[in-house]
Amino acid sequence: MSEKKTKRRDFLFTATTAVGAVGAAAVVWPMIDQMNPDASVKALASTEVDVSALTPGNTLTVLWRGKPVFIRRRTQEEIDEARKVKMEDLIHPEKDEDRAKNPEWLVMLGVCTHLGCVPLNDKGDYNGWFCPCHGSHYDTSGRIRKGPAPLNMEVPKYEFVNANTIKIG
Amino acid sequence: MSDHDYRPKSKVGQWFNDRLPLLTLANHLTDYPTPKNLNYWWTFGGILTFCLVTQIITGLTLAMHYIAHADMAFESVEHIMRDVNYGWLIRYIHANGASMFFLAVYIHIFRSLFYGSYKAPREIIWIIGIIIYLLMMAAAFMGYVLPWGQMSFWGATVITNLFSAIPLVGEGIVTWLWGGYSVDNPTLTRFFTLHYLIPFLILGLVVLHIWALHVPGNNNPVGIDIKKPSKDTVPFHPYIVIKDGFALLMFMIVFAFFVFYAPNILGHADNYIEANPMVTPAHIVPEWYLLPFYAILRSVPDKLLGVVAMLSAILILAVLPWLDTSKIRSAVFRPLYKQFYWILVADVLILGYVGAMPAEGLYLLIARVATAYYFLHFLIILPVLGFKEKTLPVPLSITEPVLGGSPNLAAARNKESKME
Repeated sequence: MSEKKTKRRDFLFTATTAVGAVGAAAVVWPMIDQMNPDASVKALASTEVDVSALTPGNTLTVLWRGKPVFIRRRTQEEIDEARKVKMEDLIHPEKDEDRAKNPEWLVMLGVCTHLGCVPLNDKGDYNGWFCPCHGSHYDTSGRIRKGPAPLNMEVPKYEFVNANTIKIG
Repeated sequence: MSDHDYRPKSKVGQWFNDRLPLLTLANHLTDYPTPKNLNYWWTFGGILTFCLVTQIITGLTLAMHYIAHADMAFESVEHIMRDVNYGWLIRYIHANGASMFFLAVYIHIFRSLFYGSYKAPREIIWIIGIIIYLLMMAAAFMGYVLPWGQMSFWGATVITNLFSAIPLVGEGIVTWLWGGYSVDNPTLTRFFTLHYLIPFLILGLVVLHIWALHVPGNNNPVGIDIKKPSKDTVPFHPYIVIKDGFALLMFMIVFAFFVFYAPNILGHADNYIEANPMVTPAHIVPEWYLLPFYAILRSVPDKLLGVVAMLSAILILAVLPWLDTSKIRSAVFRPLYKQFYWILVADVLILGYVGAMPAEGLYLLIARVATAYYFLHFLIILPVLGFKEKTLPVPLSITEPVLGGSPNLAAARNKESKME
């Protein structure tokens, strides 16, 4: 067999394999992507909550995108406690000022960043939340202080539509 | 093997067998030479086959009445329990059958560990077995989600969230697994599909597991290679069939006890409360058969490392044939390994116990020590033991220790005679 012929074969072999691989990937991708959130799930992107009945020191839990959201109307002591914490004491350093723009209102996903359980209100060593599943303690700003969770509870995108209504998402 | 010489007696049989040698296969399975000293710990392979078939049959019948939808799943399970003829019986057999399956598989695995069945030339049998075990855990987990109770929902949430520990792509993978932003209807329908599929994958792997077994043949309590067929072997049928059958009957008594007298004792009361994404049950625990790994997960204070430790605890078993450096298979002739074996058994039981307890205080400390020991056993003790341990002399055939009393006695005698 001449050298030229071998090269031609090699080229055809490589080209066929490459086209085949692209074709296979083009077929596989829809099979994978169909498992991602569908249009109807994505459509439920935002929710509005009336918070007029909430008194200081209480928490309202609402469902947003299938997940609980904690809306906490904090007392002055809770705010003071959250704001005087030193950044170097935090596992995931975030200022309370950045988490609660309006200090009286703390809005965050009520989902433990460890494995997704719902932490319990007014529990734990830091007067905030305690996750019963694997023992993570959160402070009055929803920041992780002790336990296996790596991050603070997430603050979603939200805004006050008026004095009594919060729009989440 | 003499399999290839087999010729059916009837003309029709010969005609068929020449075209599809099923009769040759049947003959191989009945005549299959088996070590004559197999004890009752060797009957769990047959018991496990029974468990798999039971789960498939009861599962198929349950699927005729179950509705895989977040709004209807919980009620359809209650419908099965209350309205469907014998629905309670079929569901209790299926639910307890999962526990029985794991009970049998743990005995099967620890039998292999004691008698060194995973060693050359049986590594592939062992690795296929570990894959089956992983698939069993996946099937059991997804099956537990289907009734859509509180434990179903929060168990699914916790386990799928394990993937969020993967750096960078973790969150994306979890959203992909859920088909949404939390465990919800899309999650339930895909879990139902996979729960339906996996048993058939297991069935295929069981065929490979047995095929791989039939190449070298069974290991045995003495752990030596034997000639096949010889005076050390008996044909599978009727000898092993009868022994397996008797053991299966004993096993079914235990099975029936759970189904008829304590059908919910292995479950959690919280799962009779419908799934509620707003409230996590006070104390989430997986089913008993996953507790040791759950304890390992919780004993590590870091999220990613906890998940890595839990997965490693299972996957380390796959490389066991190369971690155990000892040339001797059976623990009967390994006085030190025998002790470490029982310490490991105790260690796994302790892990299971603390896995069911809250992750705090003394329990957490015990879980950490037991986790450390688990890895120490496989990564340090086993490799070193193979070089350091002074093993007892191994008999040349199965018949030798049988004629001379217990293998230990025979071994001791051998030792004495050598000393003289």
